[in-house]
Amino acid sequence: MIIRISDDALARALGADALAQAFAQKGHEVQRTSSWGMQWLEPLVEIDGHGFGPATLDDVDAILDGSSDKAIGVIVDHPFIARQQRLTFVRAGRTRPLSLEDYEATGGWIGLRRARQIGAEQIVEEVTASGLRGRGGAGFPAGIKWKTVANTPGAQKYIVCNADEGDSGTFADRMVMEGDPFALIEGMAIAGEAVGATKGYIYVRSEYPDAIGKLNQAIALCASIIAPFDCEVRVGAGAYVCGEETSLLNSLEGKRGEVRAKPPLPAIQGLFGRPTVVNNVLTLAAVPHILAEGGSAQYGSLGIERSKGTMPIQLAGNIKHGGLFEVAFGITLRELIYDIGGGTESGRPVKAVQVGGPLGAYIHPDQFDIKFDYEAYTAADALIGHGGITVFDDTVDMGAMARFAMEFCAAESCGKCTPCRIGAVRGVEVIDRIRAGGRPADSVELQPVMHNAPKTGRLPEQEIGLLTDLCETMKFGSLCALGGFTPYPVMSALKNWPEDFMPGQEGAVQKVLDGNDA
Amino acid sequence: MSIKEQRIAEILVDHQGREGSLLPILHDVQAEFGCVDADSEKLIAQGLNLSRADVHGVVSFYHDFRPSADPRPEVQVCRAEACKARGVEAIIADAEKAAGERVRVSTVYCLGLCSAGPAARVGDRLHARLDSKGLVEVIENAR
Repeated sequence: MIIRISDDALARALGADALAQAFAQKGHEVQRTSSWGMQWLEPLVEIDGHGFGPATLDDVDAILDGSSDKAIGVIVDHPFIARQQRLTFVRAGRTRPLSLEDYEATGGWIGLRRARQIGAEQIVEEVTASGLRGRGGAGFPAGIKWKTVANTPGAQKYIVCNADEGDSGTFADRMVMEGDPFALIEGMAIAGEAVGATKGYIYVRSEYPDAIGKLNQAIALCASIIAPFDCEVRVGAGAYVCGEETSLLNSLEGKRGEVRAKPPLPAIQGLFGRPTVVNNVLTLAAVPHILAEGGSAQYGSLGIERSKGTMPIQLAGNIKHGGLFEVAFGITLRELIYDIGGGTESGRPVKAVQVGGPLGAYIHPDQFDIKFDYEAYTAADALIGHGGITVFDDTVDMGAMARFAMEFCAAESCGKCTPCRIGAVRGVEVIDRIRAGGRPADSVELQPVMHNAPKTGRLPEQEIGLLTDLCETMKFGSLCALGGFTPYPVMSALKNWPEDFMPGQEGAVQKVLDGNDA
Repeated sequence: MSIKEQRIAEILVDHQGREGSLLPILHDVQAEFGCVDADSEKLIAQGLNLSRADVHGVVSFYHDFRPSADPRPEVQVCRAEACKARGVEAIIADAEKAAGERVRVSTVYCLGLCSAGPAARVGDRLHARLDSKGLVEVIENAR
């Protein structure tokens, strides 16, 4: 019997290796595939298309004799899989990540071959026509970025893949790198073809040891196929801010990962001052499909408004059915969390949902009808980011989460710009004071010589005014998204859950916020 | 030439001609000696024709590089949002108690196992869906 078990990092963290060994010892052939993305069922055992999960060593005999109560039926018919529109993750669960044979058999390298035939201009045109936007968070049209690099003269150009997926609640990049590494490499080779670059770097965070290993092996295996394009993995060193493209470039150059001011755009002066395409893993992995015959039109036909194609959405946190759900833009949060995710795993009511990682807004259940679309989220003072959705039940203290957002920003700030470096530290202090009910007058304020200073200390309402001001400053004054977007989780928490900041005085918070808006 | 000088010289040769080679070199030095200390910084600076300040600036910027070696095994526990939503904060006290002086429990922000937290990492091994008991076991088994 052929037993298929994922070798994705999540499945391995839950004992997939031991399980695979147990089946092998019983004399069965075990194939290690990519993950289907139904993470609550990992480790998932697949036999003839039927799934069993989450499987433990105790289930091995029952699975083999067909009496297991972990059976979930035919995997492709499972509602979680059947409801998806998988383009980027079309191979998830179906192929062995490092098998060139599997990759070819499922349409691999077709996009690259066609790209080489149609030439640079046509490639850029098709990517532009598909409506593909950067999946890293900013949503910048990929075709326009490529065109800029293509039109900038330069003897050496680079393709840089941003695989520094540091956002909590996101793991789609990791799943591509571990589950379908050739698709990412093919996407980079196509980008190289489009802009005239022969060198590519994949910057992977050091927290992803499995992905680093798989990519290195995959690059060695397909080197002759992508030649003259050449790809190399570079490992980050634990700095969250290196997910920002300019600080990533500095890090690749061997410098401190400090953000650069833009302009000049990386497309014109990027890595080592040369024209550089910097794209996210999901953006580049979507490219092979787009470049296949008719792929561009199909991609562009999916989605709504200006958000075209599909988005690999990651359901995480306290959710019953967590995992990877790729679907066309336009789906509502309500569908994602309740219909697909099954609500919280703890069984308690949902209190808040953070979309877009640590820099994304906390969304209240009242707003769950918002459609998954770049512009709709921007209008709601929120962001899609990298498509991660983290669910919290009613035990969460939103005041503590707002404080953590500031704390995280302080810990990870690169230090280049003042609003982020100092603002984040002050933000933690202000939130602490709000939660402590303000502060008494300090010894300096009480000095007779300080006759203009208030002698009454500061009320929590006044501290909220300060926090609002601080957030405005960070939002508009920071160089990059770390300082610029940290106000999203902080202010959304304050607006939606004032009771977690000033218990019993929610009205007071609202009054300050209203006063500031006016 | 001390063993350290020799080993660092070898690492520098391994990366000769690579673009932006400083980070890969630092990773190798960190893996070899468990830290990038002031002596190593000096040797690397000489080898790459950089100032010591430049190298120190890079070393001190990144969380992965340590100024001095710590012989204790390390257990990294994720305490980012998704793991918080799944209750990591409630099991940290038990973990620290189990670790005592023998194990270094450090905080990491996200291991990419966000639907199956709390998660931890020891070396290149990951652990997920940990409860208090599970995390204590991981810590006790850390070598």
